[in-house]
Amino acid sequence: MSELTKLTIAKAKEGLKKKEFSAVELTEAYIKEMENKRGLNAYVLETPEIALEQAKVSDKKYAAGTAGFLQGIPMGIKDLFCTKGIRTTACSHILDGFVPPYESTVTQKLLDAGISVLGKLNMDEFAMGGSNETSYYGPAVNPMKAKNSSENLVAGGSSGGSAAAVAAGMCAAATGTDTGGSIRQPSAFCGVTGIKPTYGRCSRYGIIAFASSLDQAGPIAKDVRDCALLLNSMCGYDAKDSTSAPVEVPDFEKFLTGDIRGLRIGVPAEFRPEGLNSEAAACWDNGMALLKEHGAEIVPISLPHTKYALAVYYIIAPAEASSNLARYDGIRYGLRVPGKHLDDLYINTRSEGFGNEVKRRVMIGTYVLSAGYYDAYYLKAQKVRRLIHNDFEEAFKKCDVILTPTSPTDAFPIGDKSMRENPINMWLNDVFTVSVNLAGLPAISIPAGLSSRGLPLGLQFIGRAFDEGTILKAAHVLEKDINFAGK
Amino acid sequence: MTDFIIETPKGKWEIVCGLEIHCQIISESKIYSGASTEFGADPNEHVSFVDAGMPGMLPTLNKACVHQAVKTGIGLRAKINKYSNFARKNYFYADLPQGYQITQFKYPIVGEGEVLIDLPDGSVKSIGIERMHIEQDAGKSIHDIDPKKSFIDLNRAGVGLMEIVTKPDFRAPEEAGAFLKKLRSILRYLGTCDGNMDEGSMRCDVNVSVRPYGSDELRTRCEMKNVNSIKFVMQAIENEARRHVGVYENGGEVVQETRQFDPSTGQTKVMRKKEFAHDYRYFPEPDLAPLVLSDDYLEQVRKEIPELPDEKKERFVSKLGLTPYDAIVICENKETADFFEKAAKGHDAKKVANWLMGDFFAMLNEKKLDLKDSPVSAENLGKLVELVSQNVINGKTAKDVFALMAETGESPEKIVEEKGLRQVTDSSAIEKVIDEVLTSFPENVAAYKGGKQGLFGWFVGQVMKASKGKANPGIVNKLLREKLG
Amino acid sequence: MAVDTETVKRIAFLARLKIEEDKIEETKKEFNDILEWVEQLNEVNTDNVEPLESVNEFHLALRDDVVSEGNQRDDVLCNAPDAEYGYFVVPKVVE
Ligand SMILES: [Mg+2]
Ligand SMILES: [Zn+2]
Repeated sequence: MSELTKLTIAKAKEGLKKKEFSAVELTEAYIKEMENKRGLNAYVLETPEIALEQAKVSDKKYAAGTAGFLQGIPMGIKDLFCTKGIRTTACSHILDGFVPPYESTVTQKLLDAGISVLGKLNMDEFAMGGSNETSYYGPAVNPMKAKNSSENLVAGGSSGGSAAAVAAGMCAAATGTDTGGSIRQPSAFCGVTGIKPTYGRCSRYGIIAFASSLDQAGPIAKDVRDCALLLNSMCGYDAKDSTSAPVEVPDFEKFLTGDIRGLRIGVPAEFRPEGLNSEAAACWDNGMALLKEHGAEIVPISLPHTKYALAVYYIIAPAEASSNLARYDGIRYGLRVPGKHLDDLYINTRSEGFGNEVKRRVMIGTYVLSAGYYDAYYLKAQKVRRLIHNDFEEAFKKCDVILTPTSPTDAFPIGDKSMRENPINMWLNDVFTVSVNLAGLPAISIPAGLSSRGLPLGLQFIGRAFDEGTILKAAHVLEKDINFAGK
Repeated sequence: MTDFIIETPKGKWEIVCGLEIHCQIISESKIYSGASTEFGADPNEHVSFVDAGMPGMLPTLNKACVHQAVKTGIGLRAKINKYSNFARKNYFYADLPQGYQITQFKYPIVGEGEVLIDLPDGSVKSIGIERMHIEQDAGKSIHDIDPKKSFIDLNRAGVGLMEIVTKPDFRAPEEAGAFLKKLRSILRYLGTCDGNMDEGSMRCDVNVSVRPYGSDELRTRCEMKNVNSIKFVMQAIENEARRHVGVYENGGEVVQETRQFDPSTGQTKVMRKKEFAHDYRYFPEPDLAPLVLSDDYLEQVRKEIPELPDEKKERFVSKLGLTPYDAIVICENKETADFFEKAAKGHDAKKVANWLMGDFFAMLNEKKLDLKDSPVSAENLGKLVELVSQNVINGKTAKDVFALMAETGESPEKIVEEKGLRQVTDSSAIEKVIDEVLTSFPENVAAYKGGKQGLFGWFVGQVMKASKGKANPGIVNKLLREKLG
Repeated sequence: MAVDTETVKRIAFLARLKIEEDKIEETKKEFNDILEWVEQLNEVNTDNVEPLESVNEFHLALRDDVVSEGNQRDDVLCNAPDAEYGYFVVPKVVE
């Protein structure tokens, strides 16, 4: 890795401002890294020419003193974000060759802030998966290897390409989306930092929908400060998304004071089920101890309905997805597999265009909404969702942030047999992350230690709605204390 | 109350019918996107990325569509729900790009209400409104360009609709006809929908079942989709009801199904059996938060509601002395009612109504003109009536004056003056004419005096003719009687 | 609630997906495993609990009635697998 690609955004901004290097040089360094590490399959589309053109503009702006907030920062974009004139597929065969004539709000805001776009990042098909293995373009590979092993490990998912690319120095930062843990879990697996802001913080306009009531965009970056900087640009009300929140966006960097004295850190008993991986547990305990040393108070809390979060999630997300994915019908864009009649065309196109996990979820979602089953499944799930939401409200009367492991395990091998045999085993990876989406809360994952296999483990801070500042502050303190060997 | 009984040698049956009417909302832009609602553009010109169901596109709700729906709800004397929300109705169809329609399901914006319909016998019946919700229209498939292909135009996709669902309160085809007329009238008064069934801006689905006359059971109903004129709705109800009666009387059972009305035969044919019925998988639309309306807002909209046909009719009868029948006819159309009020202002309203419903409408009809293009203005029609009331001209002359007004657009005063049509009310002048007539026809005077009283009218006619129609008929009558003894 | 073969086929059709005959049994089993797993929710007492449709607590914002989009037919059609005369083209639709 070159020195330039090791720089955080904060450092890179400084260097660019001081003209220590140019935006073109910075971009070229990343392009070189992308070429060197193509084997990781992190990018499904590289756009070096575009990135260089943008870098040239950036250099002019620095020269003219009109540089934007993220001017010249080379980023990768998850393939779920529609990018005007740049192929966008959600890593699905069914969106073959789709080139959006519009730009998502989040990427537009980043472009306005001055980033260079290096390319589109790999992901699970339509963001459905926890290992990036459902991608039509094959899995992204985790840059980390277990000690004394050359086995390829999953990068996590669904934003696997984003996490792998950031970890491998193939971009300064990346956009991700998180519906049930898709920013946090791959961040944990790859040893990088990712934050899912409060539902409604970032506009969903132009982001290919998976589960509309849960989807939220966020950054994956090298550290907490970079996440804060990126959020500053990505967040904000958007009239084009009726669910985006009309609330002010603070300067998130200002929260990184290093002072967490008196901060009450909630630790939910239910997140330590029997059989929790002992290394994950140890990492968690270590985190608590360090925070305490900084003057934080550890408060035991209870989130009694957490254990139902996965089941709720795997009803609500597929239900919304079954409807959101109805538009992929072979008529207006993407793949068309002909058929004699219109229904044949639909069936042929969708059967060939969607992968197995997507079909599985579309089927489940269709079923739980269908006549006679709605109340038993969908309505029931919404009611339990209310209870999960209420649990957090109660908990936040006692604490200011909640600390949990991000994922029950470290990264597993690509093609893992137990995951392949039973989809529920794969889904269990989301156990610590999904309740946050169901409640719409912000949460950040930071690398917090290494497993005995030498693989990254993540810790997650969960905050109150629209209180990203406090979790950034807490994560920032812990990050400084943890000697993370992955870096 | 209309008794519509289907009577056969085997028994008596009555109709149970409800309507669902889709009304296109008048607005500049679509309900969930900023594309234009204008008609007649080239295919796919008025299409936003939202309307085309492009990936990542999200709906945003048009303020004007909500406003129009609330107004319509008030016009339907219905409960406006301060809390409503949107739902997705999922089904695949070529002209439904998202694969779902964004509509309202559990919580519609408008709840129960009623529409009063005026029946031919002069009675009024209340038809219950079950609910009204707002939703998006679909696009259009064109099938006649190519034998093997259909062509999709999404210009209409996303245009706002109000779906009004009535209670099954119709017992006769005429009631449904009267309802549609009244509904159309209310919508036009409010300016929320243009109500043109032939252009598809108002579309009617008809639900029909029958039951033995006098019973209160509910039997299997069939639905006929998109019947596109009031006449066809009435035909469809009657023919479908007779079909049901036939089925029952032959020992059969009516199957719940969707049928299509064929205007060329007047009959209905099956479109979709129940086993192929859709499973729409409604669920709350996660892209739109619930719609919450404030009391202030509702109050403000209430203030914008114009006087509606029922109230107007009531006022025309009680304050202006119109017959209920005249009032109903005049109030059906707001433009007519406004024209009438303008014409009647300061004049004899009842007489203005007679003129309007008689010569005036006949003239428009004959000239194939819309009210707004009438050569006779409301003011001039009022003045004409006034000239008669003031005895400036008599009724007969007025008809001639009216014909000239229709021809030239001139005011009646001007025509009367220019043509010298002012009636003669000077008794001595009339007396002179009478004397001349009596002198000219001594045989008839003798015959009259000999007992042929029937000749009186003939004398009146002769006098009027001699005065070129300008003599005041009352004075002519009075003087003639005196002279003839 | 165990799902039978007919239901699997009906759901597949509703979703416009094809399940090969030899995959139906497998799909049905997987389907039933998943349903059985989510039915753990039946343990939770949800009497008098309002369903949570969205965490969003903001009222719906309404858009002004202005024409702000459209007249972009080329962009609307440019990704279409088949388009002619300004229309999207599909096989003949028969009712
Ligand atoms: Mg309906
Ligand atoms: Zn409808």
